[in-house]
Amino acid sequence: MSTESSLAPFSRRNWLKSLALASLANPKLFASPAAHFAPRAKRIIWLTQAGAPSQLDLFDHKPGLASQFDKDLPNSVRGEQRLTGMTAGQKRFPIAPSVFKFAQHGQSGMWLSELLPHTSKFADEICLIRSLHTEAINHDPAMTLLQTGHQIGGRPAFGAWVSYGLGSDNADLPAFVALISRPSGPTNAQPLHERMWGSGFLPSKYQGVRMSSGKDPVLFLSNPPGITTERRRAMLDDVAALNRLKLADYHDPETQARIDQYEMAFRMQSAVPDLADLSKEPADIYERYGPESKKPGTYAANCILARRLAERGVRFIQLYHRGWDQHNNLPSGIKSQCHDTDQPTAALLAELKERGMLDDTLVIWGGEFGRTVYSQGVLTRDNHGRDHHPRCYSVWMAGASVKGGHVHGETDDFSYNIVKDPVHIHDLNATALHLLGLDHTRLTYRFQGRDYRLTDIHGNVIQNLVA
Amino acid sequence: MLFRLCLLSFTTLAGAAELSFNRDIRPILSDNCFYCHGPDKNNRKGDLRLDVREELIKLGPQTLIERIHTTDADDLMPPAESHKKLSAKQKDTLKQWIAEGAKYEPHWAFVPPVKSKAGKSIDDFIRAELKKHGLQPAPKASRETLMRRIALDLTGLPPKASDDDDLNDFIDQLLQSPHYGEHMAVGWLDAARFADTNGYQVDRDRELWPWRDWVIKAFNTNLPFDQFTIEQLAGDLLPNATLDQKIATGFHRNHMLNEEGGIIAEEFLAEYTADRVETTAAVWMGQTFNCCRCHDHKFDPFAQRDFYAMKAFFHNVPEKGVGIYGNPVRTNAPPFVKLPAPELEAKITALNAKLKPVEDKLRGLAAGDLEPWAKKLVATKIDWQPLEPQKATGGDNPPQITDKAVLIGPQETRANNIVIKAKLPAGKITALRLECSTTAPSASFQWSELKMGKTKLHPIDATHASVLDNDRKTRSVLSVAPNKPVQALFEFEKPLEGPEVEITIGVENAGGPSQWRLFATTTPTDVVAPASIVTIAQKEHAKRNAAERKQLADFRLSQMPEHRRLSEEAASLKKQIAAAEAEIPTTLVMEEQKEMRPTFILMRGAYDKPGEKVIAATPAVLPALAADLPRNRLGLAKWLVSRENPLTARVIVNRFWQHFFGTGLVRTSEDFGSQGEQPSHPELLDWLAVTFQESGWDVKKLVKMIVTSETYQQSSRFSVRNAQLDPMNTWLSRGPRHRLSAEVIRDQALAASGLLVEKIGGPSVKPYHPPGLYEQVVAQRDNPKATYQQGSGDDLHRRSLYTYWKRSVPHPGMLLFDAPFRETCALRRSRSNTPLQALNLQNDPTYVEAARFLAQRMIQEGGASIESRLTHGFHLLLGRKPSQQELQVLAAAVERSIKDFTKDAEAAKQLLTFGEAKTDDKLPPAELAAYTTVASTLINLDETITKE
Repeated sequence: MSTESSLAPFSRRNWLKSLALASLANPKLFASPAAHFAPRAKRIIWLTQAGAPSQLDLFDHKPGLASQFDKDLPNSVRGEQRLTGMTAGQKRFPIAPSVFKFAQHGQSGMWLSELLPHTSKFADEICLIRSLHTEAINHDPAMTLLQTGHQIGGRPAFGAWVSYGLGSDNADLPAFVALISRPSGPTNAQPLHERMWGSGFLPSKYQGVRMSSGKDPVLFLSNPPGITTERRRAMLDDVAALNRLKLADYHDPETQARIDQYEMAFRMQSAVPDLADLSKEPADIYERYGPESKKPGTYAANCILARRLAERGVRFIQLYHRGWDQHNNLPSGIKSQCHDTDQPTAALLAELKERGMLDDTLVIWGGEFGRTVYSQGVLTRDNHGRDHHPRCYSVWMAGASVKGGHVHGETDDFSYNIVKDPVHIHDLNATALHLLGLDHTRLTYRFQGRDYRLTDIHGNVIQNLVA
Repeated sequence: MLFRLCLLSFTTLAGAAELSFNRDIRPILSDNCFYCHGPDKNNRKGDLRLDVREELIKLGPQTLIERIHTTDADDLMPPAESHKKLSAKQKDTLKQWIAEGAKYEPHWAFVPPVKSKAGKSIDDFIRAELKKHGLQPAPKASRETLMRRIALDLTGLPPKASDDDDLNDFIDQLLQSPHYGEHMAVGWLDAARFADTNGYQVDRDRELWPWRDWVIKAFNTNLPFDQFTIEQLAGDLLPNATLDQKIATGFHRNHMLNEEGGIIAEEFLAEYTADRVETTAAVWMGQTFNCCRCHDHKFDPFAQRDFYAMKAFFHNVPEKGVGIYGNPVRTNAPPFVKLPAPELEAKITALNAKLKPVEDKLRGLAAGDLEPWAKKLVATKIDWQPLEPQKATGGDNPPQITDKAVLIGPQETRANNIVIKAKLPAGKITALRLECSTTAPSASFQWSELKMGKTKLHPIDATHASVLDNDRKTRSVLSVAPNKPVQALFEFEKPLEGPEVEITIGVENAGGPSQWRLFATTTPTDVVAPASIVTIAQKEHAKRNAAERKQLADFRLSQMPEHRRLSEEAASLKKQIAAAEAEIPTTLVMEEQKEMRPTFILMRGAYDKPGEKVIAATPAVLPALAADLPRNRLGLAKWLVSRENPLTARVIVNRFWQHFFGTGLVRTSEDFGSQGEQPSHPELLDWLAVTFQESGWDVKKLVKMIVTSETYQQSSRFSVRNAQLDPMNTWLSRGPRHRLSAEVIRDQALAASGLLVEKIGGPSVKPYHPPGLYEQVVAQRDNPKATYQQGSGDDLHRRSLYTYWKRSVPHPGMLLFDAPFRETCALRRSRSNTPLQALNLQNDPTYVEAARFLAQRMIQEGGASIESRLTHGFHLLLGRKPSQQELQVLAAAVERSIKDFTKDAEAAKQLLTFGEAKTDDKLPPAELAAYTTVASTLINLDETITKE
């Protein structure tokens, strides 16, 4: 008697023709979800860099800082900014210029760090936002805000909203898939949380399905030992036969929905391993994505998987790479993270472009907040750390007609405050929904008497990001 | 949707005659107008509010009608940007309402419930409504169906009844079953956001299962609901509060607790207290208080002040805003209480009794006079005689021997053992001196081990004690400069006699060449001391500072073998005491701190923007807190369950109704505000609420009244008529039929297969869990339990409410079947129908194992024929006999599968060894595998996971 199955078995039954007519009278009852206006993007690949990558060492070039080494960050810059408990007790806030070199890339001359040699080749495809900001200063609330538009858990993830708003494009696969990788280096990896791809108060069928590298890419996908596909099929035929007897007796539409879901489960058992089996990829693919791509479960392997999911019509593909939390030993830590992510990210962009899919795929790369210009802990010429910094940070988008080779927003000389075109996380989310053809103010769900949105009561579409 | 369609048409039909503000008008105004013209003064547009009649009259009701009908886009209400649009019917309804004089009513839920005279039972009210809608009650469900329905609803387990049980007796037996409390507790655990971990990023374990046990017991002993409320909200404030009453207050310690490094305590203290306010408002009052944390409520008459006045009740707990980062995993964040643990306490008492004489003796030794010994120390000249190295091996470079010294280095880059064979001087050797020097400008040496065969060594010089610990990870550094040799002193437990000795030095790293010389002495070790100690001893007593005196005294004691032995004994006893104390279970509780913590309205909800100070108070729109009630949690709890409170009894009976019918009389069981749905049967809801209060909040009585009603006992079959006129079963024209909860689905399979371990209560357990799932997301460094330590034996087969609940990775079998994350209060679960559920029931070892054991029961207990065995299996799981058609399908499956597995014996063997529990190995494998497949078919049936 659930209200949540989208199927109407009664409509197939003559004896209940009247109900079928009722459903026709109200087309909204069984209508498939649809966009509010013509979309630019059919899907999103969100390359989430968990732990907060340093904008100062990757995207936000501050050449003036070289002469400021170990000088105190002026109080006028820091203002009333709250600090985490990790650096609140520091007596000094010594400036730590990036130890990495920046250069200009592409026709656009975008400044990017030497840590991103591969991504840099796509400078003219990338729309770099240097002025993103958030309120949260600790990982869990910040990641939850980025994913759900609210710092405290309980609301649906971005992907769940999209799944709810647009439904699935593939009858054999979920609409929202999450892929997680751990860093190859010895960095402390920030934990994640199932809620980050959860459906919050939306019905749970919209929740993200976590795909893993193990025996079961999707939970409980494999038959137990001794049960072959043929045996499973025979057993499912028995289940269906008995369920049909039940349906004929009780006429509960939910029973028909169950029969259909069991069939989809069976189809997933062949569709998902086929999807997750990277062994059939040609050898040069592994060269493009780098050596890590042969190891299942790495970010590089997940990038290949992301492309395969995109090809099969999965709407929201969210990668999480953990390990960007460089409170200390930033130079070696961030180098290792870029080793994990730079080449595969670029290879994914290249492949999407070659296959003509970059036109309708929105790729987003970024974390939950930025990092401080001042050093956390001891500062030397070749080593330092950086604390959390919510006031400004950088993310980039590519594909789906966002402006390539474009830099949006500007920070001050210390990458501490935004001086031009601030973009809040709600604005980023509103813009991403806009590209999917969804008006963020109209994509609502009523819960506890209130119409909730991904962007809460905030958010503006940043038209200037779109070509 | 269809449901609304019907509702609308019916209400409009009825409405033409008599409009009701609450039923017909408020929903329209609330949804379309109140956001800008409602209770929130800060968001009010044009200074107009429509939730108050006087304001509408001031405006002129005709203006409202004009503004909703106008074709001028600038004037139209609601405005286009609100994405709200009134339908023609809604406009007509408003017009009719104005024409009838624009009568207002207070929101129904704030008016105290009154017992209607229109009915004397549930069935009276339901039938009256059915009749209005042209419906008939459905026939009574079959006896088998009913027994299963009732057993699942009351205990969450399949029925064990025999055929001749009277249905009423059967219900009474179930109400007396200890499993009743277990099953009823689950919904309350959702409401209370119970979990075994703290949540947020670090998400370490906490200990609150004794509170879960309390809830189970409270349901089983039928604690009246008012008392149930009072003890959980304020048990600690009751006069002479018992331990149980204190444990009950764990209810409001169930919220999440942030332990992330660097968080600001104030910020999270604000979160926890807000959570308590929101949870209390939702669980007892059915109100969405989260809306007024930042501003006045947009739809309901609650001000931001009401939120913080409620917060003041919960803001006086002696707690910190952060968890204690870095402490052992079992540590609970205060306040908590210890549970009685007689065995452990006796053990601790016994250990303390042993410890006392040891400590007394140690004190006695410490009391001795220092000076005679100090004098002797200074006076004694120690004859250090060099050892003659004979052979030295090991190291990156072969060690050289020159002039009785061993030259090590210049570089050592990895863990090496340097083994030196040396001649001992004559006599009983008591101590050894190692001397490290260099000729290079500087050199450093890291060593981790020192061994001399089986001879036991003690450090005389504590600096280098770690080389004796048999752990290569703990290193000691010797920083050597030319002409500044570094020494290390050790003594032997028993004096050593020659002629030769083998010394092993564990070297981890060395930069620069170092020379090692070894010396031995026969002097008694009580006067062998490092130079630093001798220097202190040489000073007069008066000239030694406090630190020096202590150093000297400590050294003397450390050189006494008796003291050493006693110290070790004391340390071992203390360790045992600490271990036993850590084993005593604790549970989180509420307490009041003596000094009242002030509470402020937080501007826009921000923890660092305090506004006006407030005192504890109940919301202004509701009846006031009685003058004789204290202004604390106890007063609040008593106010909630007072006769004057219009909300609590309604909200609670509605949730019990939801438990049995799948849907509340108010469908939005968490929201009784103006944005929530109207009750489908307002008179019945009120009749139940008052009856419940009058019964003394007797939960079992209420539950029994529901399950013995004819309404509940109807068949759940859809008929042409009830499907057409009542598709969502709003009018209860048939019995409830809906998917079972995650917990019941698993428990039912375990019970039917005979695997279920029926132990009640205790700490959570860790059943099967897909490998890798946990490790992908859990913190590594911060959490020593970064891997899922699966339990074994009984732990695999306990009831699901005892499954370890980690907030960042709740058990997937629970999440797939719509259990909430337990991060915040949840009062209504969704009931989805997904392919992932099908995969779970087919392939999770939990269900494969259950199928195997159900198969074993079919074969062993079900007689000899296929039909009788299948009938037995059907009965165990579904409580009924299969039909002929069903038997045909299943019998064909058995025959097919036996043939199949006889041919493929290996496959049968594999299937029968999946999961930990072992079936009887005397059973023919092909047969058992075949029945396992069929049992899996049964476990996967729609009927099996449905309450019918």
